[in-house]
Amino acid sequence: MALYSRSGRPRPQSGGFELAAWYFMRLSGVALFVLALVHFSLQHFVFDPSQQTSQWIFEQRWNSLFWRGFDWTLLMMVLLHSFLGIRTVTMDYLKGSWRTLALTTLYLIGVLVFVMGTVVVFSVPLPMGK
Amino acid sequence: MLLLRYRGSEGMVAWAFHRISGIAIWLFVMLHVLDIYLAGGNPNVYDDILKFYASTPGRIMEVLLGAALLYHALNGIRIMLMDFWPRLTAYHKQMWYANWVIFVGLGLPGAFIIMRPALGL
Repeated sequence: MALYSRSGRPRPQSGGFELAAWYFMRLSGVALFVLALVHFSLQHFVFDPSQQTSQWIFEQRWNSLFWRGFDWTLLMMVLLHSFLGIRTVTMDYLKGSWRTLALTTLYLIGVLVFVMGTVVVFSVPLPMGK
Repeated sequence: MLLLRYRGSEGMVAWAFHRISGIAIWLFVMLHVLDIYLAGGNPNVYDDILKFYASTPGRIMEVLLGAALLYHALNGIRIMLMDFWPRLTAYHKQMWYANWVIFVGLGLPGAFIIMRPALGL
């Protein structure tokens, strides 16, 4: 039996960006275990989708710096974790110029989603007890 | 199960499910950023999308999303345990079956809570 895990991606021996990304996937994974599961539980077990109108989001759910910060931290972690994950999947199946094209498209979508998510978290005013 | 008797057995299925659930969650995250962006920019369109989320087909998809999330989270912990404590690799199958026990234990009540309004309960 090999004394290292082949369950996930083996720890890159090259160092540099690949090793940093490997560690970051695990670090963000632990963070997301808490952030994503708490967020899903709040949205589906504590509250019900039928009540979650845009008015409810901004006047109740996001009328708190803590929860807005929580959801933004979740957004950052999930974007980095999921786009790095899809990068690994892409590199498993594509090579050469198709890989370059797919990864470039992936990074552009990633930046767009990051900007859209950040804009909405920061641009909607906090009513604060209105 | 035939799938578990194929070459890679449990480890292969665990890997495939991790990859499939990961891609599914990635797709949902992009949809979710788009809908919340609309909630800020065009609340009426968002409220229409919300009606789908609160409908029966929407709730079934939320149960599937929750299942993908829970599987990916539990299997991710299993991967990390083996990455940082390689001796645990010897027990990778047992840990995978333990994941399924937790998955069913948390998932069934969770699915019930999500589906309850659609069932009229």
